Amino acid sequence: MRGVLAATLRLRPLVLAGAGVLLVIVLLAVAAPLVAPHDPGALAISSRLKPPSAQWWFGTDEFGRDIFSRTLYAGRLSLLVGAGVVLISGVIGIVLGLLAGFFPRLDTIVARLIDALMAFPDILLAVALVAALGPSLLTVLVALGVVYAPRLARVVRASTLIIRELPYVEAARALGVPTWRIIGRHVLRNLASPILVQCTFIFAYAILAEAGLSFLGLGVNPEIPTWGTMIAGGRYYTGQADWMTVFPGMAIILAALSLQMVGDGLRDLLDPRLGRDL
Amino acid sequence: MSYVLRRIAGMLVVMFFVVSIVFLIVHIAPGDPAVVMLGPGATAEQVAALRAAWGLDQPLFGQYLLFLRQLAQGDLGQSIFLGQSVLGLLAGRAEPTFFLTIFSTVIACLIAIPLGIYSAYRRNSVWDRLATTLAMFAASVPSFWLGLLLIQTLSLQLGWFPVSGYGGPGAGFLARLYHLFLPAVSLGIYSSALILRFTRASMLDVLGEDYVRTARAKGMGEFRVVMKHALKNALVPIVTIVGMTMALLVAGAVITEMVFGLPGVGNLIVSSVLRRDYPVIQGTLLVVSLIYVLMNFLIDMLYLVIDPRVKY
Repeated sequence: MRGVLAATLRLRPLVLAGAGVLLVIVLLAVAAPLVAPHDPGALAISSRLKPPSAQWWFGTDEFGRDIFSRTLYAGRLSLLVGAGVVLISGVIGIVLGLLAGFFPRLDTIVARLIDALMAFPDILLAVALVAALGPSLLTVLVALGVVYAPRLARVVRASTLIIRELPYVEAARALGVPTWRIIGRHVLRNLASPILVQCTFIFAYAILAEAGLSFLGLGVNPEIPTWGTMIAGGRYYTGQADWMTVFPGMAIILAALSLQMVGDGLRDLLDPRLGRDL
Repeated sequence: MSYVLRRIAGMLVVMFFVVSIVFLIVHIAPGDPAVVMLGPGATAEQVAALRAAWGLDQPLFGQYLLFLRQLAQGDLGQSIFLGQSVLGLLAGRAEPTFFLTIFSTVIACLIAIPLGIYSAYRRNSVWDRLATTLAMFAASVPSFWLGLLLIQTLSLQLGWFPVSGYGGPGAGFLARLYHLFLPAVSLGIYSSALILRFTRASMLDVLGEDYVRTARAKGMGEFRVVMKHALKNALVPIVTIVGMTMALLVAGAVITEMVFGLPGVGNLIVSSVLRRDYPVIQGTLLVVSLIYVLMNFLIDMLYLVIDPRVKY
């Protein structure tokens, strides 16, 4: 397994680059208090709307706050939202997928439910859930978790349907191994890789969707810096202080791109036949 | 034929679930929606009147039945704030969203299909790598951010395009299209990523087929082999993905319409959410999702027409 991994990484410099960029982003976000040259909340009206310079690398916003430091700190929350969404959609998706895949009786209902949830365009369903629950960090997490869970559920269900019929599962069943143990030890373990791939993509989509919701004013509190709220705040200064939107946007692109590169690479690794063709 | 009937039945079941989920979402709102909608200044009589009008004084299941009955009669309710029927509001806002969707699909196809074909034809070349990387990049750019960037450079600095709006009430069709150009580009680039990947994949499948080799063996020119023999057969999955992205674009339009100040369905739903105008939220969500389900069904049916090999 390790040999295959190493070989694949050698063959795919893009994956390695993606993983590298992702690592840098995560490290910068985690180490924000150490790296940031300024206090992200420090107001300095005298230096408001300053363009990028040696003192203010990414410029300043309408309150004179340092955009570079804010981008670093915002990364913490944006990444946290991504991870939270992955966690929530992971739990819902895996449970639904396993139920549908392993218990044919439940399948008819659960599969339709998955179809129905997939029938909602993602951002629209999130907007509606935010409308019902009121905008907050928790709502964003729950809403996006619900929105992306069906994707995972679909993958888990499809794989479970195949694994369920494999000889070793049959053997385990014949030996009288309890169902929950078959699921845990034999099915779930074999699902780890497709789940991982889906999770990287959901992570990327969640970062993009959070930014979208925040931009609409339906995300986290605008006072809390995330890449989305920073762009939302900067839009009123388009043409006047473009750096306010440009840099947080680039952070989103870098994060989403590196995640997708890693996800793509992992998928190739799992299914060499699919390889570069999809 | 039995396949078509089965698919129709399946679609109806999904639609039923969709309708139920929409109802649930709107009714899980914590607190009394009537109080939330009318705001803190409302009198008890006003709240009671709204509750009665919306059937909120009935138990949840009763409300659900009422909702289904009204829906069956094509009644999506009344907007709380605008005093118009939800269906009328939607009809009034449909045009910009419709044209935006079509326009951005066209742009996405113009970018993605030629690039996808070329990528597949020159598989694993530098151009192929570049195109697939670009596709990934396009899928990572938030469309509203791209929109702001386009406004800033092409509208504000160069003055080539209007900053926002839909050209005012009396504007002609061309003026409307002109106003839709930047929104359509910012949306189209995003969805071109998906179309490019699928075009490339399905062309790769087809280019390996025997009849392509035969065509080449007959001495047919490369251009004709690719465009006539390969592309024609690769078209089924491409059409599918174009249809699916088109349905997704309706949702993408939600944000893009806000960036460019277009008076479309997306704008309607966001302003309704901010006003907590639940009937409008409910109706819009319902109509857009049902259109999405219906489009997926029609794409499936299209298979039967454009690919004679598909028989169920």
